[in-house]
Amino acid sequence: MSVTDIVLEAGTTRTTPEAPSPVVRLRRLLLGRDAAIFAVLVVVWLIASVSVKNFSSPNTVYFLLLDIFPILLIALPMTMVVITSEIDLSVGSMVGLSSVVVGTLYEAGVPVGVAALVALAVGVVGGALNGFLVTVVGLPSLAVTIGTLALFRGVAVGLLGTTAITGFPQGWKDAVSARLFGPGTALPGVILVFLVLAVVFMVILHFTPMGRATYAIGLNDEAAHFSGVKVGHVKFWLFVATGAVASLAGIYWTLRYDSARGDNATGLELSVVAAVLVGGVSIFGGKGALPGVVAGALVIGALRSALRLADVSSDVINVATGLLLVTTVIVPSLLAALRRVRPRRRAGPAA
Amino acid sequence: MNSTASHRRRAASAVGVALTVSMLAVGCSSGSSDATGDGDGSAGSYDIAFLPKNLGNPYFEASDSAAKTAVEGFGGGFKEVGPTEATADGQVTYINTLTQQGVDAIVLSANDPNALCDSLKEARDADVHVVTFDSDVDAACREMYIQASSTDLIGMTEVDLIADQIGKTGQVAILSATANATNQNAWIDIMKSYLASDYPDIELVDVVYGDDDDQTSYDKTEALLSSYPDLKGIISPTTVGIAAAARYLSTSEFKGKVALTGLGTPNDMRDYIADGTVTAFALWNPEDLGILASFAAKSLIDGDITGAEGDTFTAEGLSSEETDFTVGADGVVVLGPPFVFDEGNIADFNY
Repeated sequence: MSVTDIVLEAGTTRTTPEAPSPVVRLRRLLLGRDAAIFAVLVVVWLIASVSVKNFSSPNTVYFLLLDIFPILLIALPMTMVVITSEIDLSVGSMVGLSSVVVGTLYEAGVPVGVAALVALAVGVVGGALNGFLVTVVGLPSLAVTIGTLALFRGVAVGLLGTTAITGFPQGWKDAVSARLFGPGTALPGVILVFLVLAVVFMVILHFTPMGRATYAIGLNDEAAHFSGVKVGHVKFWLFVATGAVASLAGIYWTLRYDSARGDNATGLELSVVAAVLVGGVSIFGGKGALPGVVAGALVIGALRSALRLADVSSDVINVATGLLLVTTVIVPSLLAALRRVRPRRRAGPAA
Repeated sequence: MNSTASHRRRAASAVGVALTVSMLAVGCSSGSSDATGDGDGSAGSYDIAFLPKNLGNPYFEASDSAAKTAVEGFGGGFKEVGPTEATADGQVTYINTLTQQGVDAIVLSANDPNALCDSLKEARDADVHVVTFDSDVDAACREMYIQASSTDLIGMTEVDLIADQIGKTGQVAILSATANATNQNAWIDIMKSYLASDYPDIELVDVVYGDDDDQTSYDKTEALLSSYPDLKGIISPTTVGIAAAARYLSTSEFKGKVALTGLGTPNDMRDYIADGTVTAFALWNPEDLGILASFAAKSLIDGDITGAEGDTFTAEGLSSEETDFTVGADGVVVLGPPFVFDEGNIADFNY
C-alpha cells in the first residue's frame, strides 16, 4: 500500500499545478481504492440493516464470518501472489485435499491434531510444487495452478473414493463453531486465527523488504530482479504460504461441516480471487492492499447474506455478486484512464 | 476549465455506476423482504420453507410447486430457497438463513447426511421444525423423514425393468447423481444385491457419477458406451441423469440397442418414450411427496404429532386415495410404491 500510495501521490502532485481544492481532496479520498471498498461495505451493511429483516442481528455476523472464513484466510496469501502478478487457482482443490487427508488419517485412528499437522505439511508440499514449477521451471502460474487444481482434486477424490468421512470429535467441531463471547454473540472464536494471520501478512506485505519486493515484482519483474530482489525466492515462498493456508482452511472446512469429502470446496478458488479483486488488487500486479481485500471479502459475504435473508434466489445472488466484481474491476480502470487523460489536456493549453 | 468539468462528470458517472449496482442489488433485496416478511408472529400461521438439493432441478420444482399449493391451501406461507449447486455447504448457509428468519418449519432434501446436522440442530434449538424428504439426514438431526418409497422397492423395480428390457442377461452400468447422495447409494446397494441373487447372468460393470449435472451426465454416458462396447443397459436412478443419457442415446448409434431405465419425470422422458429410446422407467409422484411433507410439517407446527413412531396424521390432495399416514420407526413416513411409466400411460402425467 505504501509504495503505490507514494507513486500515486507523486503522480498527482506533479500534474496538479495548484494545491488541491477541498473538493479535489474529498474526491480523491472517496475514490481511493481502499476507501471505495470500505464505503461500499458500509453502504451495503447500512442498507441491508435497515431494509432486510433479521440482518441486523449478531447471528448474521456469526454465520457470515463462518461462511467466508476460508475465503478470508486464503485471500491473505493470495493477495500477495496476485500483487506479484501471479495467480494460484489450485487453492480450492488444496482445501479438498487437506480435508481428505484429515479425514483419511482420522479414520485410520490418528488423532485429529496430528492429522491436521500432516494436512498442513501436505499443503506446504503442494504449494512448494506450484512454486517450483513457476519459479524454477519457469512455467506461467495460470497454467501450473490449473494443472495442480486438477492434480490435487484428483488425488483427493482418489484417496477417499466416493465416500465421506464424518463423525469427528465433538470437541474439535465445537472449537471451530464456538462463539468468542458466549451464546448469542456475533464473533466466532476461529476469527482469532484469522486476525493473527492477517496481522502477520499485513506486517510482511506493508512493512518489510519482502513486502516491498512483492510490489516491485508485480510492477516490473525484470527491474526488480536487477535491483537485487530475489524474484524467484519471493514467489516460491508465496506459493508455499498459499498452499499452507489453503490446507488450514481445509482443516476448518472438515470440522465445520463434519465431513471430509473429495469434492469439498469445489470452485472456492474463484471466490477467493473475486474477494481479492473486489478488494482493489490489480490482476496485473503491483497494486492493492490487504485491508481492502478483507473489506472485499466482507462486502461479498454481506451482500450474499443480505440477499439470502431477503429471499432472493441464488441465481440472482450470483448475478449480483458478478456485477459487483465487474464493477469493482471496471471503476478503477476508468479512474486510471481519467488520470491519464487529465494531464494531457492540462498540458495542451500550456504548450 | 471545460475539460475539468467533463472530467468531473465522467468521474461522477463512474461512481454513479458503482452506486447504482449496489443500490440495485440491495434495493431488490428490500423489495422482496417486504413481500415475504409477513406471516410470522401471528398465531396459527404456517411459515414453511422448502430447501431442495439445488434450484433448477425439475424434480424439486414439481414437488415444491405442489407443496406451495398445499401450504397455501391450509393458509400457510410458502417459500423455496436453495443453492444453485447441489452441495452440502450451500445448504448449510440456507439453513442458517432460515433459522435467522425464524420460519416455522424447514422441509429439505439433504445433499449430505451428516454435514447439515450442526446447522439443523441450531434450527431445532430456535424452535424451527425440521422435516426431510427425498434424501434424509441422520435421524437425530430431524423430526420426520418423508420417504418416497421404500429403498428395497425402488432398487428392485429398476433392476426388474432393466432385466425385462435386456432379456435377463448381459452387462449393465449405473449412472448415478453425486457420489455422496444418500438415497442413490442406498438404491445402488439394493440393486447390487438383488442383481446377484435374482439375475446371475446380468453383470454390473460400473457405477459412474454425473453429479446431477446435465452435461456431466451426458459425457459419462458417452464414456460408458465407449468403455464397454458390450453394454446392454444403463440404469440411471436420477431424473437429471436419465434425461441426459436418453438425449445421448437418442442421437447415437446405440438407440434401441442399449436399454435405458431408471427414475425420470414424464415430461423429461416423453420424447424418448415416443421415439423408442426408452421403453419404461419408474418414479413416485414428486408432487405427492411435496404435499405429504407439507402436511407433516403442518402437523408438527400444530403440535399434533412429534414424529414419534405410531403418530398419525392426514394429508389431502394426493394423487392416490391415501389420506392417513402413520409414522414408522425413526420418524420415517413412506409415501408408497414407485410407479412405472411406459408408452401406454405417460400421456396421463404432466410434471
